[in-house]
Amino acid sequence: MTTAAVATATRAMRRPARSRSLKAWYRNGTLVAGMVIVGLLVLAAVFAPLITHYDPIKQDLQNALLSPSADHWLGTDKYGRDVYTRLVYGARVDLRIGFLAVLIPFVVGSVAGALAGYFGGWGDTIVMRIVDVFFAFPFYVLVIVLVFVFGSGEKSIYLAIAAVSWVAYAKIMRGELLVAKKQDYVVAARLGGMSHGRILVRHIAPNVMSQALIYAMSDIVLDILAIVTLGYLGLGIAPPTAEWGSMILDGQEFITTFWLQATIPGLAVVVTSLGLSLLGDGLSDLLSPERRK
Amino acid sequence: MNGTTTPETSEPSVLRVSALTKRYESGTSWLSRLANGGTGTLTALDGVDLHVRPGEILALVGESGSGKSTLAKILVGSTTASSGEVSVAGEPAPARRDKESSRRVQMVFQDPYSSLNPRIPIGRMLSELLLLHKIVPRSQVRAESVRLLNLVGLEEDVLGAYPSQFSGGQRQRLAIARALAVRPEVLIADEPVSALDVSVQATILDLFATLRTELGLSILFIAHNLAVVQHLADRVAVMYLGRIVEVAETAQLFTEPRHPYTRALIDSIPRMTETSVNDGFEVEGEPPSPYDVPAGCRFHPRCPLASEICRENDPPLLAVGPAHESACLKAGELALIPVPNVPQEHR
Amino acid sequence: MSAGTTTQATGQGTAPAPAGRASHAPVQPGVPLLSVQDLTVGVRPSRDRTVSIVEGVSFDVEPGQRMGIVGESGSGKSLTLRAIAGLLPKPVEVLSGRVEYNGVDLLAMPAKKRRTLMGPEIAMIFQEPMTALNPVVRVGDQIAEGPRRHLGLSAKEAGELAVQMMARTGIPDPARRARAYPHELSGGLRQRIMIAMAVSCGPRLLLCDEPTTALDVTVQLQVLRLLEKLCDETGTSLVFVTHDLAVVNQTCSELAVMYAGHIVESGRVKDTFRQPRHPYTRGLLESAPDFDRPDRLLIPIPGFPPNVSDRPEGCPFAPRCGYVRPHCTEAMPPLAEVLPGRLAACFESDRLDDEVLA
Repeated sequence: MTTAAVATATRAMRRPARSRSLKAWYRNGTLVAGMVIVGLLVLAAVFAPLITHYDPIKQDLQNALLSPSADHWLGTDKYGRDVYTRLVYGARVDLRIGFLAVLIPFVVGSVAGALAGYFGGWGDTIVMRIVDVFFAFPFYVLVIVLVFVFGSGEKSIYLAIAAVSWVAYAKIMRGELLVAKKQDYVVAARLGGMSHGRILVRHIAPNVMSQALIYAMSDIVLDILAIVTLGYLGLGIAPPTAEWGSMILDGQEFITTFWLQATIPGLAVVVTSLGLSLLGDGLSDLLSPERRK
Repeated sequence: MNGTTTPETSEPSVLRVSALTKRYESGTSWLSRLANGGTGTLTALDGVDLHVRPGEILALVGESGSGKSTLAKILVGSTTASSGEVSVAGEPAPARRDKESSRRVQMVFQDPYSSLNPRIPIGRMLSELLLLHKIVPRSQVRAESVRLLNLVGLEEDVLGAYPSQFSGGQRQRLAIARALAVRPEVLIADEPVSALDVSVQATILDLFATLRTELGLSILFIAHNLAVVQHLADRVAVMYLGRIVEVAETAQLFTEPRHPYTRALIDSIPRMTETSVNDGFEVEGEPPSPYDVPAGCRFHPRCPLASEICRENDPPLLAVGPAHESACLKAGELALIPVPNVPQEHR
Repeated sequence: MSAGTTTQATGQGTAPAPAGRASHAPVQPGVPLLSVQDLTVGVRPSRDRTVSIVEGVSFDVEPGQRMGIVGESGSGKSLTLRAIAGLLPKPVEVLSGRVEYNGVDLLAMPAKKRRTLMGPEIAMIFQEPMTALNPVVRVGDQIAEGPRRHLGLSAKEAGELAVQMMARTGIPDPARRARAYPHELSGGLRQRIMIAMAVSCGPRLLLCDEPTTALDVTVQLQVLRLLEKLCDETGTSLVFVTHDLAVVNQTCSELAVMYAGHIVESGRVKDTFRQPRHPYTRGLLESAPDFDRPDRLLIPIPGFPPNVSDRPEGCPFAPRCGYVRPHCTEAMPPLAEVLPGRLAACFESDRLDDEVLA
C-alpha cells in the first residue's frame, strides 16, 4: 500500500479524543462533588460579611450560651458570640492557612524530589537521607515542637508545616521521576539535543505533577487538622480570632449541656476534609491518563 | 527532499563501529553477585565491528542477551562504551553527546506507547525540535511539520492531536516523523514492529522501505523476527553473545549461511508454508549467560559441528565470500550441508 | 496418557504411573472433549449496561485434537481461554454460554468441584512462566504439588515423579535442577518447568496462552517440539492461543481466527491458510512476512481493530474490509459453513473464492 492510501485510511480511523475526555470529566462524580463542597466553603469564607451580620469577635455577655433560634441559627458561645458567624469566619482562617501552608512545601519538596530523582548521585543520597530523618518523627510531634520554638501565630504555623511536610512531596516526586526518566520519550528528548532543564520542565513535569497535586489536596486536610489541633492546644491563632480549633477548645467545657458548641466546628472540619478528599480522588481520576482508560 | 541524509559518495559508511566493547561490572550490590554466582563482569559487547552503508537497511539480529540493545544505546549516546569507537559520516562521535552530535543519530523505539510524551501535542513535538536545531526558519515550521507528517503517511490535521488519540501503528509513524525532523545521518530502529499487531506491522515495514528508497535514508534495523528482516533488509548482521558472528547480503545470508548459529536461527523460524519443514540443524540449550562467555568459539557448546579446535580458538570475523563474513572455523564444512529447499511455487 | 505410556511407567516400578487416567471420568462417546457454546465474556459496570469482550464464541475440541486460536491484541482470544480455565481476571466474567468438558457444563459446576478438574483433567500454560511460578518454592516441589493433591501420591513419590516429568520435558540434569528456584533458571527452562507442572497429572486438555512469545526463536522451536511430542505421546488435546500464524501452522491441526471478540473463521489449518474464506484471515496471511516467500508483497490491513466499548454495528471487520458491501454494516454475519469443515462469518465469503494470494 502506498503511504498516501494509508494516510487516507488512518485519517478516517483516528480516534475522537476531545469529546471523550470531556465526557469522562462529567462522569467524574467524585470530582464534581468535591468541587461543589470545597467551592461552597470557599465562597462562604470569602463572602462571610454578606451571609452573616454579626461580628465574630465582639462579645455580648448578656446573650451568652443561647440555644439555636431564628436570630442565632447555631446559638451563641460563652461570650455571646454567634456560633454560625464564628464558624464562617473560622473558615476564612483555616482554609487560608490550609491552602497557603501547602504552597511552600509543594514547591520546595517537588523541586528537591524531582532533581534528586532525575539526576541521582550524591545529591539524591543527601536529599533522601534528610527525608528519611523527617519521616522518622511523627508529623504532629515535629510541627508542635517547631511551633513551640518559633512562637505561636500564623507565620510560625506556615514555617513549621513547610519545614515538616516538604519531605512527602520530595519522596513522591523522586519516585515519579525515577519512573519517568526511563520512559522512551525522555530518551527521545535527549536524542533531540534538549537540555536537562528543558526536559525536566517541559517534558517531564506535566506528566508527574499530578501525583504531587493530588497529594496536596489531602495535605491541605492534614494542614487544617494541624491548625485545628494547634488551636486546640492553645498554640495556634491567638484567641479572639474565630478559628475552628479554638472553637472546639472553647466549646468542650459545655459538651454535656451545649454540645453543639464543640460539635459544629468539628463537623466543619470533617466536611472540609471530605470535600478535599473527594477533590483529590477526582483529580487523580482526571489527571492520570492510565487510570481513565 | 534531500535534507534527511547527506549521502556522500566518498564516504563508505554513514555509521561505523570499530572494536566496540561494553562490560558491566556487577559489584554494585551483594544481591547481584549472589544471583550471578559471584562472577563480576557482564560482557555485553565484545569487540563489535559494523558499518552501515549510505541508503541501506542493515538488519541486526540476535536473541536476548546478544547485546543488540546495548549496541543501540551506545550508538545513540545513552550509555558509553568501555572501549572502541563510533563514527558517524566519517567523524568520530563523542561518547557524551551534545546537541549537534545527538542530532546525527536518531532512534525509533520498540514501544510506541512510552516513546511519545502523552502531554505534548504532535505539532509542538515537531516544532520544538525544528526550532531547537534551526532546521527551518520559524515561519516555515508549520509547513515543515506537515511535510514530515505526509512523509510518514499522516496528514496536517493531526498537528493539534495528542498521542493518546493514535493507535500503535500511527504512534510508530509519529515516532518516525520525530526522528526524521532533525535530519539525522542514520536511523536506529529498535524492534520497531514487534510491539505492533500483526495486521499493522506491514504498514510500518513498508514505510521504512519507502523512506530508504525515496529519501536514501540509512537505517540500522534491530530485530529478532527473521521473516521481517528477510523482507526488509539489504544486509544482515547476526549477533551472538556480544559479537557479530556473520554479515552478508540478505539473500546470501538466508540461502548460504556460513555460521552454524545463523543456520540454527533460520531452521528455527516457524514457517507459514505447509510443505516447508524446518529440521536438520537444531541447536540444543539456550545462549549461555553473558557473565560467563565460553572460551574458544562462543557458540561451540551448542554447535553440532563443534570439535576440539572450536573449543580452543576464538574465531575472528573473516571474509568467506564477496561481501560475506563469518566468524566460524568450520564455515567451509557448513557450506557443504545444504539448506533445505525453500519452496517457491506460488499457490 | 495413552495406554502404552502407562504400561511403560508402571513397568519401571519406581514411581506410580504419572497418569491418573484411572481417575478420569470415562470418555463419553460421540461427545467432544471440550465444547464451547455461545460463550460471551465481559464486564457488567452497572445493572443496565454490559460490555462484552468475547461474543457468542462456539467451538469443539475432539480428543487428541490441537486447536489454535489466532487473533490480535484485544481480539478476546486469551479471555476465551481463561474462561475455559475459570481464570478470568476480575471484573471480567462469563455473561452467558456453556463450556462443556466431556459433556458436563463447567460453568454450572460448583467452584470447588471445578477446581478439582484443574490439573488432572485440564491444565494451563502461561506466556510468562516467571509470574506463574512461585518464586520462593523449589521448582521440583512446585511440580510435585499437583500429583500429591490430585493423584494422592506421597511426598517422596511425587518428588520422584517431578524429576521424571522434568526429564521428559528435556531438562538436563533434572534431579539437580528440581532443587533450583525459578529465578535460577533460564526462560526456556522455566517454560519447560511449567509444562512439566501442567502435564504432571496427565491432563486430557492442555490450554496454552502464548507459551512461546517470550522466548527466543531457537528456544521457541524446542518448546513447540516438546509440546508436540508430549501431546503425541499422551493423546492430550491442545488449545493454543497465539498471535503468530506460523506458530499455529507448526503446532496445530485446527484453527479458529478471532477478531473483535468473535470467531470469524475456523477450519483445518492447512486448508484455511491455502484458501481463507474470511477477509480478515486473508488479510492476516497477506500482511505477515512469509519466510518462504521473501519477494511477496506485503498487503497491510488498513486501520486498526475497534475498541471493545465502541464496536461498529454489523460485522466488526467491515470498516477495514476490502470486500465490504452495504449490508455488512447492518447485521453481524453468522458463522456458517462455507466449505466442508470450514466456517466463516462473512456475507461476502464467496467472493474470496477465486482470488489467489498476492
